[in-house]
This record gives sequence, C-alpha cells and structure tokens, in this order.
Amino acid sequence: MRRLAILVALLAASPALADSNRPAAPLAYSQLPDAKQEAQAKALMETLRCLVCQGQSIADSDAEMAGDMRALVRERIAKGEQPAAIRSYLVQRYGDYVTYDPPLSWVTAPLWIAPLLLLAIGLLLARRLFRKGGA
Amino acid sequence: MKRLLIWAPLALFALVFALVAGGLIKPADRKIHSAMVGKPVPALAMKPLLATKPGIDSAALKGKPRLLNVFASWCIPCIAEAPQLLKLKQAGVEIDAIAIRDTPEAVQAFLARNGDPYARIGDDPTGKAQIALGSSGVPETFLIDDQGRIIDQHIGDIRADDIPAILAKLEAAK
Repeated sequence: MRRLAILVALLAASPALADSNRPAAPLAYSQLPDAKQEAQAKALMETLRCLVCQGQSIADSDAEMAGDMRALVRERIAKGEQPAAIRSYLVQRYGDYVTYDPPLSWVTAPLWIAPLLLLAIGLLLARRLFRKGGA
Repeated sequence: MKRLLIWAPLALFALVFALVAGGLIKPADRKIHSAMVGKPVPALAMKPLLATKPGIDSAALKGKPRLLNVFASWCIPCIAEAPQLLKLKQAGVEIDAIAIRDTPEAVQAFLARNGDPYARIGDDPTGKAQIALGSSGVPETFLIDDQGRIIDQHIGDIRADDIPAILAKLEAAK
C-alpha cells in the first residue's frame, strides 16, 4: 500500500519549473504595427545578447527575460527612440557584454589589430623567403 | 639567433600550458555583473504587489543602508534564501523587494510558507525594473548605501556564510 502510494505520488509529481506563470509582456511575441519600426527593432534585437542563455540573441531566445528585453526594445522604438540609444541604455546596465556589436576600446582593440599584425608578420616572412629563393 | 629560436616551441608550449592550467585552477566568471554598481539606484516607481505593503519608489530608498532583493515566488533558490533574509532582518537590516513577473496570490503563499522579511514589495510584471538595475536573474540582492547608491550586487541566493560580509558592507556604508 505504502509503495503504491509512493508510486502514485511520483507519477503525479510535476517538474519544478523555473519560470513564472504570468503571460509574456505584450510586445515580447507580437510585432509593432509599423513595419519600418519593426524592422528597426528586429535589427537591434539580433545584436543584443540574451543574458540568461548567453549564446543567443534576444531575437532568437525563448527565455522569459529575452521576451522582456524584446518588449522593452519594441516599446522604446515605438516611442521614437533611436536604436543606438536603447543599446547604450542596456550597455550602461550590463556592460559591453550585452551587445554583439562591441565598441572599439583598448580591450577590444586586439580583435582588429591582431589580424593586421599577423598579416604584416606573414608579409615579412614571405619577403625573406622569396628573397632567399631568388638569390 | 638560431640557438635562441630552438627554444621557441618550448616557450609556446609553456604559454599554452599556463593558459590551460590557469583556466582549470580559476574558471572564468560567468556571472553577469551589473554595471550599475557604484551608481545611484535608477529611477524606479513600482506599484505595491500586496495590499498590505508599500511599493517601491527609488527616491525613498535613502536614509539608511538597505538591501534590495530581486526575487520571485516561482524561483526555487529564493526558497533557500528566505531563511537567510529573515536572519538579516533580525539583525536589523531593512530589506525591500522587487517581485519579478509575479502575482499577489503566489507571493502571499510564498511569504506565508517561507517567512516574510520584506518592508516593501514592488511589482515588476514585465522585468522593467530588473533590467533597469542590470540584474539578469533571480535571486539577486543589491546593497544600497544611505545615499541611495548601489554599493554591491550579490548574485544568486544568499547563504549563511555570506551574511557576515553583507552586514559588514552595510555597516561600512552608513
């Protein structure tokens, strides 16, 4: 009897979900009526990081927080705010981590400079080798 | 030159080895720290979630150091954190809360079951206040000084061994 009760309890158990049971924000899953504004919002959402999933943009993610962030982006775009201003609002809160389009700073500079540097070294090497071959 | 160059592969190996060993000994910090730490609490005006407690107006979060706890009734680590918050309340800390995407009924039940450490609870139905604070999950706790400036952010649930440090930081913020 006791075993049966435990079995029934196990079968009836539901997983503990770490999600709220509230509906998503109004603009999380619905587009703006103005197609131009929606395109602007979409372009911005694709370059903002979902902070819960970390590898996805908020446009791609189904996490609740990504929904909240999409709603925030769409609301602000609908009010006429510039995408750059919305991006900087989020960067002020989460740092450059939140944007997939990081600004040039001394931390990100190697990303741009390293390829140029490597190319220069390659050219130098090639020149030396070709000169040897010629001689 | 050539004699020196012979050591280059070994040096390269040592470099890579140090990099990998460093990553193993001290794994990267994957937490997302709020960039609002050190700045004043952003302007927030949240309606009360419960009829029995006031909501949150950021202009009123001044006068003495306090905690601002970002929580939710649907958040499981928040249950583990509840007794620690009660201990902090007993130590005389004022704790305000932001309830993320929550309902009054669910929060009422959560507080009845896990204890109620909160002086105020603001309703944040769509995560706007959470984003304004630079918080990226629940639970998170912001330490605020008497001027209304955010001095620290505790990410994840507060454990028993975190309490002395939190109390010390709040004491220093007076």
